Amino acid sequence: MKSLFSALAGFLRRLGAPVSGALIGLGQGTRFLFAMLAASGTCLRRPGLVVREMYFVGVLSLIIIVVSALFVGMVLGLQMYETLQRFGSGDVVGMVVALALVRELGPVLAALLIASRAGSALTAEIGLMKTTEQLSAMEMMAIQPLSRVVAPRFWAGFLSVPLLTSVFNVVGIYGGYLVAVEGLGVDAGTFWSQMQNAVDFRLDVVNGIIKSLFFGAAIMLIAVYQGYQAAPTAAGVAMATTQTVVRSALIILGMDFVLTAFMFTGMGS
Amino acid sequence: MKRQTLDLWVGVLVALGIAATVFLSLQVANISNIGGGPVYTVYAEFENVGGLKVRAPVKSAGVIVGRVSDIRYDGELHKAVVAVALDANYEFSTDSSMSILTSGLLGEQYIGMQSGSDTEMLQEDDVVWLTSSALVLENMIGQFLFSKASEDSASGSAKQE
Repeated sequence: MKSLFSALAGFLRRLGAPVSGALIGLGQGTRFLFAMLAASGTCLRRPGLVVREMYFVGVLSLIIIVVSALFVGMVLGLQMYETLQRFGSGDVVGMVVALALVRELGPVLAALLIASRAGSALTAEIGLMKTTEQLSAMEMMAIQPLSRVVAPRFWAGFLSVPLLTSVFNVVGIYGGYLVAVEGLGVDAGTFWSQMQNAVDFRLDVVNGIIKSLFFGAAIMLIAVYQGYQAAPTAAGVAMATTQTVVRSALIILGMDFVLTAFMFTGMGS
Repeated sequence: MKRQTLDLWVGVLVALGIAATVFLSLQVANISNIGGGPVYTVYAEFENVGGLKVRAPVKSAGVIVGRVSDIRYDGELHKAVVAVALDANYEFSTDSSMSILTSGLLGEQYIGMQSGSDTEMLQEDDVVWLTSSALVLENMIGQFLFSKASEDSASGSAKQE
């Protein structure tokens, strides 16, 4: 039996270092997740830690979220109106903008922006703390870095992402309103009533929030894990920061497809 | 940074997020559309449901009174059987009729319901007998061309005589 297992392990190893490396990384990530969840009790006892990180992750991301959302909404309104007008149904532009934002663009773009604005900063911060041996110093003082440094940042990001996504959706819809109603002359009443007819609270709004919760957990886990695992050198921190943005983007887009397939396919035919 | 300033800004973020969610649920989505109220299900057989979809509205006199909950094909009748969940607040007579209509020229399809004159009311699992199918554009064009052609040939033969 033992030889069978070792033969199997040998076979997996010969598949190539990249494959086994990726699997080991996945295993380590899972172990890291559980260790961090187990160390999260401190966040409940000292909510000040989470609030402080929410300032850096959430509040400082507000400006980029609001500005991007405004422009995304305006572009959506402009493009959709141009196209819909060809079919003589420019009036439904409000519905199209709202559905596109609430279902897809809001959660995805907000998560991408937060991953590049806040996730990379988290990785660099934790990576530098490791490089300058602050984490080791904490351990020497019997303070768990996982519960004092990593978990508060994770939970702060996890809580901030849905809030920022909602802000993104509303500002985006307002951007669409500006272009369609103020700029192109769609009737304001039609704009809102078409939107209300088409957007379902549970199917669209709640599903969008659920999406953003998944994205928030994924990008924050990647960010803190990359920082915690970074090689303690300048090059190591640089690479970890890059990896955070690349992997977050890939995970967000991949998860978005899977979640959309789960949530919205029942609605067609 | 002072702790109070931090708390203030995080409070602003949370308040904005919650306000945005409330705005989304009240202004963007129609929260009264959740439809958690009690319903009863009736069935209707159609020759052709056209583009009717599950969750399509059922309207009587233009007011939404229910939603299509299921559409399936009955192999014995060779008809489509549509399950309709009607709001329990509304009652319809057993001789009600249902027809598949289109909102606007190319809009979504919905079921139009018209109550009859019977004193008995529809109950759970009842079947609506009076139905009329969706209008299929190709069939309409075909019928139009056919009637036009027969008209032409009729007038043509009349001329010859």
